[in-house]
Amino acid sequence: MSHADNRAERICEISGSNPYMCMKCGKCSASCPSYNEMDIKPHQFVSYVLNDDIESLVKSKAAFKCLGCFACIERCPRNVQPGKLVDAARQIVEREKGGDYIQPEEIPALLGEDVPQQLLVSAFRRYRR
Amino acid sequence: MQRIGVFVCHCGSNIAATVDVKKVVELVRYEQGVVYADDYMYMCSEAGQQKVMEAIKEHNLTGLVICSCSPRMHEATFRACAAKAGLNPFMVEIANIREHCSWIHKDMEEATKKAVILARAAIAKVNLNTPLQEGESPVVKRALVIGGGIAGIQTALDIANAGYPVDIVEKEPSIGGRMSQLDKTFPTLDCSSCILTPKMVEVAQHPNIKIYSYSEVEKVGGFVGNFEVDIRKKARSVNEDKCTGCGVCQTKCPLGKTGKIPSEFNRGLGTRSAIYTPFAQAVPNVPVIDRENCTYFKTGKCGVCAKLCPSGCIDYEQQDQIVTEKYGAIVVATGFDIINLDKYDEYAYNTCPDVITSLELERLMNAAGPTGGHLLRMSDGKAPKDIVFIQCVGSRCADDRGKPYCSKVCCMYTAKHAMLIKDHWPEMNVTVFYIDVRTPGKNFDEFYRRAVEQYHVNYIKGQVGKVMPQADGSLIVQGSDLLDGKQIKMKADMVVLAAAVEPNKDARKIASMLTASIDNNDFLTEAHAKLRPVESPTAGIFLSGMSQGPKDIPETVSQAGAAAVKVIGLLAKDKLKTNPCTAKCDMFQCNGCSTCANVCPYGAISYEDTLVRGPGVNETRRIAKVNTALCQGCGACTSACPSGAMDLQGFSNLQIISEVDAICR
Amino acid sequence: MPMNENNEFKPLIVAFCCNWCSYAGADLAGSSRLTYPENVKIIRVPCSGRVNPMFILRAFERGADGVIICGCHPGDCHYSTGNYYARRRMALLFSMLEYMGIENGRTRVEWCSAAEGAKFSKTMNEFCEKIASLGENVRLGDLRCKN
Repeated sequence: MSHADNRAERICEISGSNPYMCMKCGKCSASCPSYNEMDIKPHQFVSYVLNDDIESLVKSKAAFKCLGCFACIERCPRNVQPGKLVDAARQIVEREKGGDYIQPEEIPALLGEDVPQQLLVSAFRRYRR
Repeated sequence: MQRIGVFVCHCGSNIAATVDVKKVVELVRYEQGVVYADDYMYMCSEAGQQKVMEAIKEHNLTGLVICSCSPRMHEATFRACAAKAGLNPFMVEIANIREHCSWIHKDMEEATKKAVILARAAIAKVNLNTPLQEGESPVVKRALVIGGGIAGIQTALDIANAGYPVDIVEKEPSIGGRMSQLDKTFPTLDCSSCILTPKMVEVAQHPNIKIYSYSEVEKVGGFVGNFEVDIRKKARSVNEDKCTGCGVCQTKCPLGKTGKIPSEFNRGLGTRSAIYTPFAQAVPNVPVIDRENCTYFKTGKCGVCAKLCPSGCIDYEQQDQIVTEKYGAIVVATGFDIINLDKYDEYAYNTCPDVITSLELERLMNAAGPTGGHLLRMSDGKAPKDIVFIQCVGSRCADDRGKPYCSKVCCMYTAKHAMLIKDHWPEMNVTVFYIDVRTPGKNFDEFYRRAVEQYHVNYIKGQVGKVMPQADGSLIVQGSDLLDGKQIKMKADMVVLAAAVEPNKDARKIASMLTASIDNNDFLTEAHAKLRPVESPTAGIFLSGMSQGPKDIPETVSQAGAAAVKVIGLLAKDKLKTNPCTAKCDMFQCNGCSTCANVCPYGAISYEDTLVRGPGVNETRRIAKVNTALCQGCGACTSACPSGAMDLQGFSNLQIISEVDAICR
Repeated sequence: MPMNENNEFKPLIVAFCCNWCSYAGADLAGSSRLTYPENVKIIRVPCSGRVNPMFILRAFERGADGVIICGCHPGDCHYSTGNYYARRRMALLFSMLEYMGIENGRTRVEWCSAAEGAKFSKTMNEFCEKIASLGENVRLGDLRCKN
């Protein structure tokens, strides 16, 4: 597979996850509480990354319907952790709005209407350790 | 009139606790034929058996009924005991009053009643027992292996190494089979010929092995231990004894340069001369003349090979030869081929040279293959950039185009191909369309995962709908990605089809010669799917390799070894004891209708014109004849026989009816 | 009509069991002490394919109230195909018996492996109950020789 668009590589880099490990068992989708709300299901998220179709991911409702509950991350038997890929896709969306990084002290100021709650929750969980 | 002794066992308290043993003895004493009845604490003990033996002698007993545990437990014990006392062992019957009575019932009165009835049934049966003799048949200490692929080679080597002579019959000019066509083997990726050719040489040099190459089995007669087989040695047109394998004839054959004769060994991707060996490491390294294409045989002119052969071994006059040989056991190792893909138009296999089968890919990737190991498109000789593999082409198909079974080896060899391609040419894009990836086996799943994780082979769950050749020479593959719920259209330069395997075309013919059973897919049937996996239900016939079902090389080699052990076990015997409880035909009732032969799973029944002489008859008729060496005593023929001529010794119609009567009395 | 002390009908049941699977299954029921009624009497045959329809007719003629044939599971027959023949043969016979007035419930074919002692005992219990509910079989009784 070629990475014509290096956004797929960036997603892997941000998430630290290796989508090639996926064996398409579907346990992530089976565990997902917002499965019905998602237009791209968690297991499909992995194959979209593999197939380099990041545009669909960043435009999807799914990226922001994900609650960030991390059930898929806990239960993935292959350590692919689709939740981290979803999280990375959200970050790509935000970073591409301009200004890649935010400092912790800026966060309260940014807590506006347009920042999705999930992103914050995920970010906190992500940087907690 | 029988003189029957009845012995009722207490089995400690196992029987005696719920069955009134003394009462049973008293009640059966007056049954027809009973002259002696007694009980004992442990009938199967040394002292118990002694008691039985003494009674046989003292009371001149002709039949025994032992009321004890299951016959599956101690029938053999009491038969041996009877034999020691000079009574025919088949005059013993067991009434199972433990497992079928005392252990499952609580009410003493009812259990005792039942024990008496079971004893009566056994007594009624013994009244009709006849002494039976175990037959004996000699064993010819030589084995035949049909097929010289890896299965046949391994079986032959194992038998030969145990000290028994083995003949291999191979219809192609060389042994080696499919494995010799393969490039690499999974999951170790070692080269196929590097591990196969030493074995082929070992076979050729083994003092106990004789190879009949370019030969076919023509006729099989006889039975276990005593088969008589006609082998047709097809005319090779080359004197096998004189040929040194120098290869001059092949290089000088004028037809070799014309490129008109497709090479079977290279699956039609390359060409060969009219006088040829299939491949360089052929065993025996003796060419054959393909008489259909040879100019000399077509026009009478040419004769170049005969003129140039330094040892003068070309013999245009050679005729087919029939060799008759006797064998004790026969192993079927006829192997497989891949199915014909004519019915799969959607994959454009017949219309586009860049759509190939996996076996053809093996030849293309092999250094000794038609492209010298370079992966090139057959259409324009260019290296492909995008390769698509399609799995399950004809496997797991419910319609008549394909086969209902899983071919078992495709998932692994496709992972192998994909990995080898990515390893040699990392810039190539490799995509695999699959229904399921099935990789049970040691180190198999890890192997497949390596293709995905390390080599980034793109596995897509979903089948390909069609392959469309384009004007520019490329192909468009239209498939589905079930996980993403998308239809995919993908450009490809080469498409490789994992075509289903099927048993060799000759399997059915050979099975019917051997009277070995075969399933709807033409795989030979094993005697028991779990417990006798390398034996045919027909005694003396053993199965090895793909002829029994799809399997890979390690499995084939294991099965070959298992079949060899079974053969050795048979050949190690000087005489075979045959089960005397066999079917028997009453010639006065038989009308030769063939019903029994059709239901016999062992091919034990044949028909003979027999002189029937009796009250009111004196004529020669077609009568069923049971080969007692083959009959296993299942009794299928007895209940199928429309005239009631067939009966089973030891379980005769009258014996069973008398048991029914005794129970219903 | 055979009755026990409680005046209950005790049917007479003949079971044909193949030597390799169901007879061994019955042995296992025994060694596991899984009870079934005394009125089941087992006849050992080499294979369910050995059971000649004649035997079943004879049993009914002689007063059996039910007949059950037990064989190996399909595909497991010791002789490869005997149970398949038995299955077809019995299907035909049973429909003929029904025509003659012997209810379908009085006849049964059951597959029971050597490991299925529990199934054997359960089958026999069920079959006995069924026959007891059908009552005495008198249908072929008049074929008996009365002297």
